[in-house]
Amino acid sequence: MKFERKDILGIKDLSVDEINLILETAESFLEISTRKIKKVPTLRGKTVINLFYEASTRTRTSFEIAGKRLSADTINISSSTSSVIKGETLIDTARTLEAMNPDVIVIRHSAAGAPHLLASLVKQSIINAGDGAHEHPTQALLDMMTIKERKGKISGLKVAIIGDIEHSRVARSNIYGLSKMGAHVVVAGPATMMPRNIEQMGVKAFPRVEDAIAGADVVMMLRIQLERQKQNIFPSLREYSQHYCLNRNNIKLAKNDVMVMHPGPINRGVEISPDIADDPSVSVILDQVNKGVAVRMALLYLLTGGSE
Amino acid sequence: MANNKSIKTVMDKDGIERCLTRIAYEILEKNKGMENLVLVGIRTGGVYLAERLQKKMSDIEHGKIPLGILDITLYRDDLSASNKKPRLGETKINFSLDNKVVILVDDVLFTGRTIRAAMDALIDFGRPRMIQLAVLIDRGHRELPIRADFVGKNLPSSLWEAVRVDLVEKNGVDEVVIEEGS
Amino acid sequence: MRLLLTGARIIDPAQNIDSRMDIFLEDGKIAKIGENLSKATKSKDSEKITKIVDLTGMILVPGLIDMHTHLREPGFEYKETIASGAAAAAAGGFTSIACMPNTEPINDSRSITEFIRRKATETSLVNVYPIGAVSRNSAGSQLTEFWDLQEAGIVALSDDGKPVMNAALMRRAMEYAFSLQLPVISHCEDINLSANGSMNEGYYSTILGLNGIPGIAEEAMIARDILIAEFTGTSVHIAHVSTAGSVRLIRDAKKRGIKVTAETAPHYFTLTDEALQSYDTNLKVNPPLRSEQDVAAIKEGLADGTIDVIACDHAPHGRTDKEVEFEYAANGISGLETSLALSLNLINSKILTWPELIAKMSTNPARILHLPKGTLETGADADITVIDPLLKWTVDVQAFRSRGKNSPFNGRQIQGKAILTIVGGEIKYDGR
Repeated sequence: MKFERKDILGIKDLSVDEINLILETAESFLEISTRKIKKVPTLRGKTVINLFYEASTRTRTSFEIAGKRLSADTINISSSTSSVIKGETLIDTARTLEAMNPDVIVIRHSAAGAPHLLASLVKQSIINAGDGAHEHPTQALLDMMTIKERKGKISGLKVAIIGDIEHSRVARSNIYGLSKMGAHVVVAGPATMMPRNIEQMGVKAFPRVEDAIAGADVVMMLRIQLERQKQNIFPSLREYSQHYCLNRNNIKLAKNDVMVMHPGPINRGVEISPDIADDPSVSVILDQVNKGVAVRMALLYLLTGGSE
Repeated sequence: MANNKSIKTVMDKDGIERCLTRIAYEILEKNKGMENLVLVGIRTGGVYLAERLQKKMSDIEHGKIPLGILDITLYRDDLSASNKKPRLGETKINFSLDNKVVILVDDVLFTGRTIRAAMDALIDFGRPRMIQLAVLIDRGHRELPIRADFVGKNLPSSLWEAVRVDLVEKNGVDEVVIEEGS
Repeated sequence: MRLLLTGARIIDPAQNIDSRMDIFLEDGKIAKIGENLSKATKSKDSEKITKIVDLTGMILVPGLIDMHTHLREPGFEYKETIASGAAAAAAGGFTSIACMPNTEPINDSRSITEFIRRKATETSLVNVYPIGAVSRNSAGSQLTEFWDLQEAGIVALSDDGKPVMNAALMRRAMEYAFSLQLPVISHCEDINLSANGSMNEGYYSTILGLNGIPGIAEEAMIARDILIAEFTGTSVHIAHVSTAGSVRLIRDAKKRGIKVTAETAPHYFTLTDEALQSYDTNLKVNPPLRSEQDVAAIKEGLADGTIDVIACDHAPHGRTDKEVEFEYAANGISGLETSLALSLNLINSKILTWPELIAKMSTNPARILHLPKGTLETGADADITVIDPLLKWTVDVQAFRSRGKNSPFNGRQIQGKAILTIVGGEIKYDGR
C-alpha cells in the first residue's frame, strides 16, 4: 500500500493498513539504532522543526534523535504557552516557519486541535506530538509496536488503561489504535477522571481498577498530574495511590504473562509501585522508549520527500 | 505481465546454476580460500543468490561463511524524487565487517547506483578490508564508475528492455528473461 | 413620505391578521391597513406623492426585533461599530435591536447609554435600544443606578457575557428592577461548573479532548433564577437557552405561573456539537452548541411556546479573535444577517407557523422589553419588514455589512430573505 498522507494528526484518521505499514516500517528502523554508526543518509538535506509549546523531554528528544539518525537537520523551538497567549500567535509562528521552508513540523501544544490549525495553514507535513487532551499518535504507535513485539499480535488481547482518562491524550490515541487493531480495551479510574460518554468510543469503563485488570494481557498505567488536584478530581496522592496504584496484589488479577506499560515519566509509588515498574519480566517501559525512536523515524521517512 | 511485451529467455535453471558454481570457485580462488570472507546480499534478489553461493562455497571448502542481508532503500539517491516511499526491508548483518573481505552480491548490475548505495551502507557498518562485487547479470549502461569482480553473464541490452532475474525462492522458477517495450 | 405597499401577505400576530392586504404609511406611522387601498389613498390628497410598491408574493410583517446583540462600540470597534451593526441589522430585516452592555467601558452608566443612543441616532438606520449592566462593571458585586440608566434610555438590564453568580445580588436586582418595569435578562451559567470549558460536555468533547461545559452549568442557574422570581414575585428573561433541561425547567415554571420568559438563538436549533470535529472556531459560542437531543428539545420549546423569542446573540469578532487555537478563541457568531433565513427553516419544517415565528421575532420581544413596537396597528410606528420567502441565496461573510465575518454558515445555501426594511416609514434597506 502507498502512504499518501500529508500530516499525522491523530490515530482516529488512520486506517488499519496505514497503521500496519507504519509499524512494519518502524520495525525495519529498529536495527539502525543498534549499529555502531547509528545514522543513515536518507533525509540528508531535509529539515525537521520540533515546535514544542509544552515542556517535554522524552518526546522531543525522541523526535530529535529520530531525525538525526536519518540525517535530517533537526531544530528545536520551545515556547511556553503563556507567551503564546500574550503575543505571537500560532498563525504568526506558522507563517514564519513556513517561510524557512522546512520539510516536517512536529508540534506539541497544550491546546487540543492546535496541530489541525497548523496543518490547515502551512504546506509542510505536520506531526502531532501531543495536543492537549486530544491525541498523541506517536505514543500510541510505539505502544502498539511494543505490544505487537511482546505478544506477537494485538488482535484479541485485553488491554486495560488506568488512571486519568479524561485528561489523557495517550489514552484516547491508544483507544482508537488498539480498538482498530482488534484489541478489547477497558478503562478504569475514579468517575472524576472518566470523560463523559467514554463508552461511545467502544471501551468498557470501570470505576475500580481491579475490575479492569482482571484477565488483562496488557496493563497501561497513566501518569497522574499533581496539579489536577486543584480541580478536585482526586483528594490527595496518598488516597489515589492506595486505590489506583498497580501493585503486587492487584496485578495478580491479570493474566500470568501480563505486560505493564507507562508512557512516562512515572510517579513511582503513585500510579505504579516501583518494584513492578523496574521488573523487566513484566515492565516494558524502557522498551517503549526504544520503540519511540523507531516509530518516529518511520513517520519522518514516510512523510518526507516526494517532488511536486 | 502485459501481453504485448515480448519475452525472451536468456538463461535457464542449469545456466544459472553453472554460473553460480563458477563464481563460487572464482571467489575462493581469488581470495585463496574462505578466511576473512563474508557474504552480503542486497535485498531481495541478491539475498537468494548470496545464500546459494554460501552453500556452494561451504560444500567446496567445508566450512560456513557468514551471510548478511542489506536493504539499501535508506541510502538511495532518488528517495526525494519519488512520491511513493519504497517499502523498507530489514537489514541484518550480525557480524563485524572490520578487516573483512565483503563479497557484495546482487542479481543485476545496471547503472551502478544500487551498488554505490550498498557500499555507503556497508561502510556505515564498519571498515571492511576490501569489498568485491558478484552479480549474476551485467547488462551495461553504467552511470557510475563501478565494475563487478565476478560476473555470471554479460548481457548487452538496450535501455528499452528490462532484464528480470526470476529465482525459485521468490518467483517459483529459475530463469533470466529480457522483456521488451517496458 | 407616503408609502403604499400592495399585494403582500400581511401577518401581524398582535392583531391576528394573516391575509393579502395593502398597507399605507404616512409621516412615519401606519396610516391604514386594508384591501385595495390604492383608490382611497389617491383620492385623499393629490398634492403629496405616494410611492407605490408592489409586493405580490412577499410576506409583510411588523419590523423584526432582535433583543440580544453585541455592537462592540465603545471599545472594540474593530469587531463592530454601532453603525456597522445597525447596517447588518437592517440587511437582516431587523428594524430594532437591543445591545448588550459588555463594551469597554461596560454600559453601567448614563454617559455610556447616552453615547450609544447618540451614535445610533447619527447612524439613523434602525432603532438601537441599549441594555444596561446589572452590576457595576458587570463585576457582580454592586448594583448599577437603574433609575438613572432608565432615564438615559436603557430598556433592560443584564450582565450578559458574565453570569450574576451571587444569588443575593440577583434577587435584589430583580426586585429593584421590577418596581421600574425593567426586564432583567439573565445569562445563565454557573462558572464553577463551566470551568473554562470551550464546548458542550459530551461524547464530542471527550473525543476532541476539549474541556466540556455541562448542560447543568446553564440549568442550575435557570433553576435558581426561576426560584428567585417565584419567591419575590418578580420576572426574569432567560437569554440564549440551549439545553433540553433548560426548556423543561422553563416550561414547568410557566405552568406554575412564574413570570419567566426565554429566548434561543438560531444556532441552537440549527447546529450540534458534532460539527466541532473540524475545530472550526466559528462554531465556538457560549453557551456551546449542544447535542441532537438538545436541539430537538429547543424546537419543541419553540413549538409549544416555552421559548418566547428568537434572538441571534449577534457576537461579531475580528479575525485575530477567531484564528487561534480553539480554546483561546472568542465565543460568538455574527448572526444578524443569517438569523431570519435560519429561523424560516422552522416554518419549512412545520415546527412553527408564520404568525408564531413573527411573534417570536417581533411581537414578543417588543412585549418583553415594553417597546411600542411589534405591531401593524393604525397609528403605530411604521416599522416593517418585507420577506421574500422563496429567495434562495448563499451566505457569503465577505458580503456581510457586519464587521464580524465569524459565521459557521459561510457558504451555506439558505432560503428566505428580507428584501425591504422600513424604519419609521423610511426604507433603510432595499434588497430587491
